[in-house]
Formats: sequence, structure tokens, C-alpha cells
Amino acid sequence: MSDEKKLCLSGKGVTKVFGVGRRKTVAVDHVDFNFYEGEIISIVGESGSGKTTLAKMLLGLINETEGDIYFQGEKRDIGSHRKKKKYWKSIQAIFQDPFSAYNTFNKIDTVLLDCIRMRGGGRLPHEQKVAMMTEACSFVNLKFAELTNKYPFELSGGQQQRLMIARIFLLKPKILLADEPTSMIDACSRATILDMLMQLRDEIGMTPIFITHDIGLAYYVSDSVYIMEHGRFVESGSADEVILRPKEPYTKRLLNDVPKIYEEWDLSTV
Amino acid sequence: MSNAILEVRELTTKYITRFREDIYAVDHVSLRVEEGKSLGIAGESGCGKSTLALSLMGYYFPPLYYTSGEIIIDGRNISGMNSDDVRKSILGNEIAYIPQAAMNALNPTQKVIRFIEDVIEAHDPSVTKKEVYNLAKGFFEAVGLPADVLQKYPVELSGGMKQRTVIAISVILSPQILIADEPSSALDVTSQKMVIKMLRNLMDKGYIKAMIFITHELPLLYNVTDDIMVMYAGQIVEKASAREAVFDPLHPYSKGLMGSIIVPEEGLRDVKLTAIPGVPPNLKKPPSGCRFAERCKYVRPECKGTSVPLRDVGNGRAYRCIIPETELREMYAREARKNV
Ligand SMILES: Nc1ncnc2c1ncn2[C@@H]1O[C@H](COP(=O)(O)OP(=O)(O)O)[C@@H](O)[C@H]1O
Ligand SMILES: Nc1ncnc2c1ncn2[C@@H]1O[C@H](COP(=O)(O)OP(=O)(O)O)[C@@H](O)[C@H]1O
Ligand SMILES: [Mg+2]
Ligand SMILES: [Mg+2]
Repeated sequence: MSDEKKLCLSGKGVTKVFGVGRRKTVAVDHVDFNFYEGEIISIVGESGSGKTTLAKMLLGLINETEGDIYFQGEKRDIGSHRKKKKYWKSIQAIFQDPFSAYNTFNKIDTVLLDCIRMRGGGRLPHEQKVAMMTEACSFVNLKFAELTNKYPFELSGGQQQRLMIARIFLLKPKILLADEPTSMIDACSRATILDMLMQLRDEIGMTPIFITHDIGLAYYVSDSVYIMEHGRFVESGSADEVILRPKEPYTKRLLNDVPKIYEEWDLSTV
Repeated sequence: MSNAILEVRELTTKYITRFREDIYAVDHVSLRVEEGKSLGIAGESGCGKSTLALSLMGYYFPPLYYTSGEIIIDGRNISGMNSDDVRKSILGNEIAYIPQAAMNALNPTQKVIRFIEDVIEAHDPSVTKKEVYNLAKGFFEAVGLPADVLQKYPVELSGGMKQRTVIAISVILSPQILIADEPSSALDVTSQKMVIKMLRNLMDKGYIKAMIFITHELPLLYNVTDDIMVMYAGQIVEKASAREAVFDPLHPYSKGLMGSIIVPEEGLRDVKLTAIPGVPPNLKKPPSGCRFAERCKYVRPECKGTSVPLRDVGNGRAYRCIIPETELREMYAREARKNV
């Protein structure tokens, strides 16, 4: 049994509807998925396709309208505050806009100390906490000594992104949802961020789930890819299958519209 | 050599901060864009791409100041001109500029046609609204936009349509050259492609004679432009054809950038993505020698101390590094063998 893949997150008919009547938006429309431990997954779709809404449901920030989400094969129960807190020890997220993740009034020390507390390290001696924070910062090439007493908004975009990863380093979740983790930064910093996430995966055995509009990134990082259009998964499979031999017209269009460097970019299709 | 639409010689501009510090974000930049050509500018964020775009128009306002150098647009030297004259006779007529995030700057309470009236009236106050409308309608149709967009408010347009509208408005006076700063970065791939197709059309049909295109997305730059200039810390570190810049970069910084390219193409998964360690230097106090030295894995003691000139290697190619071309290529080849 040991070489069998273990489910970490899965869903059946997961749906989210916003609003009612004429204002109704079906943001996520009956999606089924099986994410396995240790496997790198990407969910790819254009803006408005429902990626962030799905991420929020997976994280338990909003309730699903219909359908079920399973955590490690069991139906997820995050009904109480206590259960939610426990769930968030296993699953964490980084979002596109690093600002949204931080409470504006908390200094960076507080942001990081909170992570240590969440992992049950609240009572550790202060020096040990500082050592942990220093280690987390140096993992993402930040200098903790220079950050204490600063606010997250005093950092550059790239530094904020790395601070988010430092948080993950401390939180050591089993699953990391990365919602457009690199869309606000340039290609070069993107490579750095990916490097760090992959290293975390190896070091703490975390399963990263990439949520992105960047089909090239999905191809590069993932084992499995889910293509999302208007709230639905229209195609899924191994990265090679989906990206190199797409079956669905939608996937084909996305691939066709991305500028590449070997294959000619045919402008006549739009 | 064919006709240069834009020629810039040793242009230097700086920001003066509130604390009276000088930031030389464009440092002795020279470039030439010929008729029918498009030039791409690449580099990490903070390297000076947007400042260069602004500086090229010869139109300066605080905190950005002109320091030295020449800008010659279609044979006319505009470097000494005062800002008011530049605004009246150069912007829009000779040089069109689409700033980063331009589409979000459209006044939401004005219909598209009103923006066009403003642009055309500023140029020719005698024109009637009817004439503007007819001209705008004809122009929009010629560049592939539906004429009913003219009667819409910006919020009624999708992101891609809004961006194409901004581009159409900015080139309605048929400028010589268009400078577009990250014009498609916030768009989905299909909208992005439509924006690029429109730009290509503008060139092909002669509405603009040349283009400068800025983006940090290299596969896009590669597909859009004829030549690429790589900027680092306010300086040009490499000039090459788009093909050479991507497939045969010389400067270690360009090499690093190209190593970060991700495309959904076969083989990509086997290539190791390279990240350049560290961040660009603070331009308040740039390093005295090669500005890239502290991040460069090929750094030598001679790199630090004296500034490195841009080395011309013929065929329009140049790079700013003390290591000879052949030696660089050998080092890169060795590295590539190690990485497979
Ligand atoms: N809180 C909300 N209320 C109403 N509609 C929403 C809300 N959040 C998202 N939506 C809508 O749901 C759809 C999917 O949005 P989102 O999940 O943010 O997509 P993506 O992350 O793929 O860009 C969009 O049509 C969006 O307008
Ligand atoms: N208004 C400003 N005042 C002072 N410095 C600025 C201003 N705008 C940009 N800079 C500085 O100029 C440098 C180049 O910035 P920019 O031209 O925006 O780069 P890029 O477009 O390549 O990201 C950066 O170091 C940036 O901090
Ligand atoms: Mg989103
Ligand atoms: Mg810029």
C-alpha cells in the first residue's frame, strides 16, 4: 500500500454562486478534483474564471454553495472556529497581492511571531523565536535584523512576496495554495520565488497548488494541470498531456495565444 | 543605413528626490530606431525602462530632470526645447506615449469620443465635433475597432478593448513613433494578442513609422520587436537583434534574464530555470565599476572600480562587459553542458 498515492485535497461538485436572480454569478461550477500528496498541481484559467473563488473555498475562507470538499480523504469539517484553526495548520495560502495578507497595523516581527504562535511555539524563549525568524528570513534572502520594527508596506513588492514565503517557512503547512504568486513581479523574481517554493516543498514536504493564468508556469512546475474556464474544469491531466497534447478547444486557444520562442506566434487567430 | 525616426545620443536624466538626492535612472543611453522598425526594452523592474520611455519624449516635469544628451526625432533635435513647446508640437504629433497602466487612467465619466475631441482640439482648435466624430469613426474602423466604442464610457469596455482604445486615441494624430510601456501586461493572453495585432497593424499600415515597446515579458518582446536593448541600473548593457538577444545573449545579465524565460513548449521542463541572485543596485549610489558585478557569477577583480564601456561588436550589436565575446560564449556553453 505504501506506494499508493495519498489524497490530500479532493472535491465533488464543488460550486460557488454569488448573488441571486439576475445578479447571480456561478463563479465555480460543479468541479471535481483529486489532489495527491507530494504532487504539484496547477489550476490555470483566465481572469474571472473562478480560480480565486475556488482557492478561498479550499482554504475555508468562504463556504461552498454546493458540493463537498475532502481533506486527506475525509469529508472536511471546519464548522467551528477551533476546527478551522486546526485546518489552517495544514493548509495555507499566498495571494497575488501581498498587501492583502498582512494586517497593515502589524509590524513584520508581529507577522512572523504570529506564525510561530500558530505552530504552538508561543511559549518558546524569546531568543529561540528570534533564531527561528532569522532563519526564515534568511531562507528568502531577507535580513531579519533590518526588518524588525518595519511595516510590510515599507518593503518593495519583491520583498513582500518573499516575506510571505518566510511566513510559510515558519508555518510549515502540508498544502500551500499559491494564488498568482508571481503575477505582480518580473520574470527574474519569478524564477527566484519558484526556486524558494520548490525548496520548501523538498524541505518540509509541502504540496504546492499553483493557481495561475500563466500556462507556461503551469507547464514548468506541475505534475498535474487543471484548466478552468467559466468556473468549470474543462480539461485535466498530466502537464505533458494537457500542455503538449491538449484536446479541448479552450486549452488549445490559450496555448495558441501565448507568445512562445520556438513556435511562431500566429496573430491571424484573433 | 535607412532613415532614423528616433535617434538618441548619450541621454542622461535624473530624479531629484525630496531629500535632494540624485537618482540617475537613465545614464548615457544612446539608441536609434529606423523607419519600419520596433525596438524592445527589457530589464527587471527598477532598471529604468519607464524612466527611459518618459525621457525619450523630451518632456520633463519634477521630479524628473534632463541632464544631458540629444534626442533627434525625424531629423529634428528636440533636446533643448522647453516643456511647453514639446507638449504642443511633439507629444501626440511626433511621439505618442502610452504609460504603464494607461487604461486605468481614463476618466470614467467621459465617453471615449470626448477624449478624442480633447486630443484633436488641442492640435487644431478650429475643428468641429462632427468632423472629429467622422475622423474618429474612420480611424477606429481602419484599426479594427468597432465605431460604437466611441459612444461608450471606459467602464463599459473590457480590459483588452479599453487598452486598444487607449492605443487608438494616442496614435490618432499619426505620430512618427509610438512608445508603449507594458501595454498588455495586465491582460489575458487573448486580449494581449489582440493588442499586439493592433500595434503590428498600425506599423504595417503606416499610422506609425516606428515603435518602442517595453515589457519585462521576454517571450512577448521577442515576438513583437526587431531589436532588443537590455537595461540594467539605468544603463544599456546589451543591444542585439531580438533573436540574438534571446538565443545568444552576451552580457551575463542578459544571459540571466533569458534563463528565466518560461514558455509552454516542449523541452522547457528539462531546462533549469535560472534566477539571478540579489537585486539591482540602489541608483542613488550605483557601484563605480560594472553595475552588475555584485550579482554576476563570472565576476573578476577587474570588474570593480573602473566603469565598463559599451563594447561595439558590429552588426548593431553591443554589450557592456570586460570579458571578450568568445570567452563568454565558451563559459555559457560549459554551463549548459553542466545543467543537462
Ligand atoms: N464576492 C463576490 N461577489 C460577487 N461576485 C464575485 C465575488 N468574488 C468573485 N466574484 C465573481 O466570480 C467570478 C470569478 O472570480 P474569481 O474567482 O476572482 O476569478 P479569477 O481568480 O479566476 O480571476 C467573477 O465573475 C467575479 O466577478
Ligand atoms: N518619481 C520618482 N522619484 C524618484 N525615483 C524614481 C521615481 N520613479 C522611479 N524612480 C526610480 O528610478 C529607477 C527606475 O525606475 P523605473 O524607470 O520605473 O524602472 P522600470 O520601469 O524598469 O521598472 C528606480 O530606482 C526607481 O526607484
Ligand atoms: Mg484571482
Ligand atoms: Mg516600468
